[in-house]
Amino acid sequence: MNALVNFTGLLKKTGIFKFNGGVHPPENKAQSTQLPIGQLALPEKIVLPLRQHVGNIPKIKVAVGEQVLKGQLIAEAEGAVSAAIHATTSGTVSAIEDAIIPHPSGLPDRCITIKPDGKDEWIEKKPQDWKSTDRKSVVASLRLSGIVGLGGATFPTHIKLRSDGKSGVHTLIINAAECEPYITCDDLLMRERADEIVKGIEIAQYLLGAERVLIGIEDNKREAAASMRAATANTTMQVIVVPTLYPSGDARRLVHLVLGTEIPHDKRTTEMGLQVFNVATVLALYRYFEHGEPSINRIVSMTGNVNKPQNFEVLFGTPLQHLVAAAGGAKAETTHYIMGGPMMGFDLPSENVPITKAANCVIAASPTLFEPPPPAMPCIRCARCADACPVNLQPQELYWFAKADNFEKANDYKLFDCIECGACSYVCPSNIPLVQYYRYAKSEIIAIDKAHEAANLARERNDFRLARIEREKLERAQKHAERAAAQKEEAAKKASENLNNDALEPNIHAGSGNVVLDAATAKKAAIAAAIERAKAAKAAAAQTGDAPKNVVVSDENVKKEIAEIDARRQSVGLEKLPVDAGIDKEKQAKIAAAIERAKAAKAAAEAAKQIEKNS
Amino acid sequence: MIGLALLLGAALGYAALKFKVEGDPLIARIDAILPQTQCGQCGFPGCKPYATAIAEGRADINQCPPGGDAGVRALADLMGMEYKPLNAENGVEKPKAVAFIDEPVCIGCTLCIQACPVDAILGAAKHMHTIITSECTGCELCVAPCPVDCITMVPIAETPDNWKWRYPVIPIKPTFTL
Amino acid sequence: MNRSPYISDAPSVSTMMLKVLLALVPGIIAYVWIFGGGILVTIALSAATALAAEAAMLKIRRRPIVPFLSDYSAVITAWLLALAIPPLAPWWLVVVGTLFAIIIAKQLYGGLGYNPFNPAMIGYAVLLISFPVLMTKWPAALQLAQTKLGFIDQLQFIFDGTLPLEAKLDAVTSATPLDYLKTQLTLKHEIAGIKEAPIFGALGAKGGEYVTIAYLLGGLYLWQQKIISWHFPTAFLGALALISGVFWIVNPAHFASPIFHLFSGASMLCAFFIITDPVSGPTTPKGKLWFAAGVALITYLVRVYGGYPDGVAFAVIFMNICVPLIDAYTQPRVFGHKK
Repeated sequence: MNALVNFTGLLKKTGIFKFNGGVHPPENKAQSTQLPIGQLALPEKIVLPLRQHVGNIPKIKVAVGEQVLKGQLIAEAEGAVSAAIHATTSGTVSAIEDAIIPHPSGLPDRCITIKPDGKDEWIEKKPQDWKSTDRKSVVASLRLSGIVGLGGATFPTHIKLRSDGKSGVHTLIINAAECEPYITCDDLLMRERADEIVKGIEIAQYLLGAERVLIGIEDNKREAAASMRAATANTTMQVIVVPTLYPSGDARRLVHLVLGTEIPHDKRTTEMGLQVFNVATVLALYRYFEHGEPSINRIVSMTGNVNKPQNFEVLFGTPLQHLVAAAGGAKAETTHYIMGGPMMGFDLPSENVPITKAANCVIAASPTLFEPPPPAMPCIRCARCADACPVNLQPQELYWFAKADNFEKANDYKLFDCIECGACSYVCPSNIPLVQYYRYAKSEIIAIDKAHEAANLARERNDFRLARIEREKLERAQKHAERAAAQKEEAAKKASENLNNDALEPNIHAGSGNVVLDAATAKKAAIAAAIERAKAAKAAAAQTGDAPKNVVVSDENVKKEIAEIDARRQSVGLEKLPVDAGIDKEKQAKIAAAIERAKAAKAAAEAAKQIEKNS
Repeated sequence: MIGLALLLGAALGYAALKFKVEGDPLIARIDAILPQTQCGQCGFPGCKPYATAIAEGRADINQCPPGGDAGVRALADLMGMEYKPLNAENGVEKPKAVAFIDEPVCIGCTLCIQACPVDAILGAAKHMHTIITSECTGCELCVAPCPVDCITMVPIAETPDNWKWRYPVIPIKPTFTL
Repeated sequence: MNRSPYISDAPSVSTMMLKVLLALVPGIIAYVWIFGGGILVTIALSAATALAAEAAMLKIRRRPIVPFLSDYSAVITAWLLALAIPPLAPWWLVVVGTLFAIIIAKQLYGGLGYNPFNPAMIGYAVLLISFPVLMTKWPAALQLAQTKLGFIDQLQFIFDGTLPLEAKLDAVTSATPLDYLKTQLTLKHEIAGIKEAPIFGALGAKGGEYVTIAYLLGGLYLWQQKIISWHFPTAFLGALALISGVFWIVNPAHFASPIFHLFSGASMLCAFFIITDPVSGPTTPKGKLWFAAGVALITYLVRVYGGYPDGVAFAVIFMNICVPLIDAYTQPRVFGHKK
């Protein structure tokens, strides 16, 4: 075992603490490390999906036709867990529409398309003096950086750094294990830009207030380890070379490897005083603070069945074909592309998808590289999967439960601790696609939970509504009774004042009854009239397509109705239409105000709910 | 002997107090299985009344189309009854949908608001109404009352958000059969 | 679509099973050397029966035949059964046992991967209960037999039940040491005296002990090839040695030594080839230990106090029943969870 420990200065002793299982898949890393990191020409279009990170979809801040500059914020983080998106080159926003994104579902999602103007002109860069500004505002500004975990998890980085000082993070672990076959982007980054990485680490260390920094590198990356050692020579950072064993790059596995700390399943690393960052992520931090550059590109390994496998520095939104072409084009036999490594990656739906923040590697697949799996045989309970599982699960049991839709049992056997690393499928003699079953079971369980939550909400709202109706009924009855009592009293008073007018009392009652009756009839009539008008409008719309306002309407009421509808539409910003009938400006303002109020009320309710949930 | 009887009696009495169950948990447990669509397709004015009816033996377990086959199975499991397919008289299982108001056509009559069992429609008299999609249960109760037929049910589309991994289908392929 | 991992490095089920068969070969060679070539006929007959029965059952169950026949699991069942029953057993005994093992104990439970019991042991137990006399009639090792049967003679005996004119049945068969020990002990003889009999060797049975050593070697090969986990043989042999050792220390005149128990009967076959059947065994590391130890305990109890000379089959079947329980109570601690 190359359980080498690198001592620098007067540091605490560390060792290698093995986890259960793990596998040694063929590395296939040499192919893409022959050439240095390459640069790409500007692509013809940039397609930026809004969904590039874990959390909420960011809010679009640009409109179609707008000119944008490189590094300009085009979508801002929405809610707590979210990340911003920036234009990755200068040009014109040519579309905001659904397009195919790199996602296992192969479904389209909202994207911002930019037509580059070729100038690649930067927005004014604002480097920050992070050392002399207070931590809180530095971390707050990170929300605008768009930086997410570039190891593949794409968790927004500003959240990991948010709880400054208070979190008590004592150890920062830099994940440079890069354990999955084929992927070499972190390897190349460390070979070529170790100094910048170290500066990035310093920033992260400062923001977290961590005393100790450990850099975990697998022993198959000698060059990278050497260059990181050289770069950290004058620091207190420790480079720890861990034995090559998949999946040592999984955060919890790596923490265990270098510290022997097992992070409890229900706790985050931060709660244990630890934080894990990928090398590419800390480099992005450096670029953001020292150069004022937001997250607009990353290193991608383009490898597999291409003529010249290489790592490239790729702008987010670059179409995959562009990258494939730069790597000398795909060789014959290429059937499709895989994003990520061969253990955890997924098939890309087309060659047209954009490179996103999660894309650490793209592999051109061919039947020779990845043989189609032989047909699955029944599980013979050989428990090789259990021996290989880095989480020490019992994959063969989970398989039975997932296969039989026995989700409760699957949960009991800790299905959600599965990291989907694929080690179990890798060693299965029966070729059972175990991870597929786990993914299926997990997404079913999540869907069931969501449905349950929705049902609970519906139940709550229904109960509330029933209670409200009941209350209103009571209130109405009470009012009625009060009014009746008041009238009676009045009548009694009157009667006592004028004994001669005895007969008036019943009349009053009859009168009030009539009023109610009249109101009801009037309402009915109004509704009927409205229905007629709407029908007419609908018929008109049917005749002329969707432009009811062009119809010549003789009825004054209908005109008024249309005007009102237009007013409403305008006030909510749906369309800006020329209005041919006079609009009551005051009313419009009122409506707008009402909508604002409703929005505010909803937001307040939302916030209250959030607070309730958090508490 | 009497001492023992007293002791056991006391223990039982204590247990009865300590483990006292509030209300009828069966209705709540049935209600927890029901989808809370509040659509009334079961013939009861909501999920809770239906749950109560099942608990009291006044209704069968196969009257809830939104709950679907899985719902019937869960109910059969809970009630210790035989599974039976959905009663077609109550309707058929449909993909989940939410109501959509064709806003230009809406006349603001508030009839749908009154029909909505979960207050998922926003609007006031003579003002355009709109559906709070996240809270709509897809009960369809608002569709019928609309005098101008401006409400339609839109099936929930599959997006990367709600997309689910499929059940793996890897058949055992014979190279040839004898 | 989306079948990651895209790569795999696992021996196929067929490869694993073939290695198990390969590991049995030294034992078979020793067997032929000690008892003559008749066993080869029994093995071939059993294997042919097993494959035919498996094919027929797969056909009836509308399952693909070739992939399942080529997993060789039926052949392993057949070989184990053939090696467990007396080598000169009549052909129909072999066929009946094999048919029962494959049809009832394996295919009717759902075939490969679904049988809760070890099929070979079920077949063996059924034969032992139904035909106790035939099943305990072992031939003497060739070096001990008064009349030595040639291969042709053995063939004739297996298929015809007839012996060469000059031979008598008593002359070609003898009690196995475990059997002999049991009867002699009931006659109040002491171990030291009993062991004077010529059928005893240095470790176990004269001749038979070499077969068990060959099994041990084959088993070590399987362990080296990572086909079987160390838990099974270690726990089985360890527990058997421990239990017999305790009894032996307490009363060496009445209880045989641990060495004798380890190298007699089906101990080695059981330790490396029978309890290591993954389908009917437990899957957790601790579970494997408990399971194997349980088999050892019951085997010992049957040998010493039971009505049969060896107890491996019953012990395995009984522990098979306990497997779900063992698995449920020996779940290993998941990473990041408290026990």
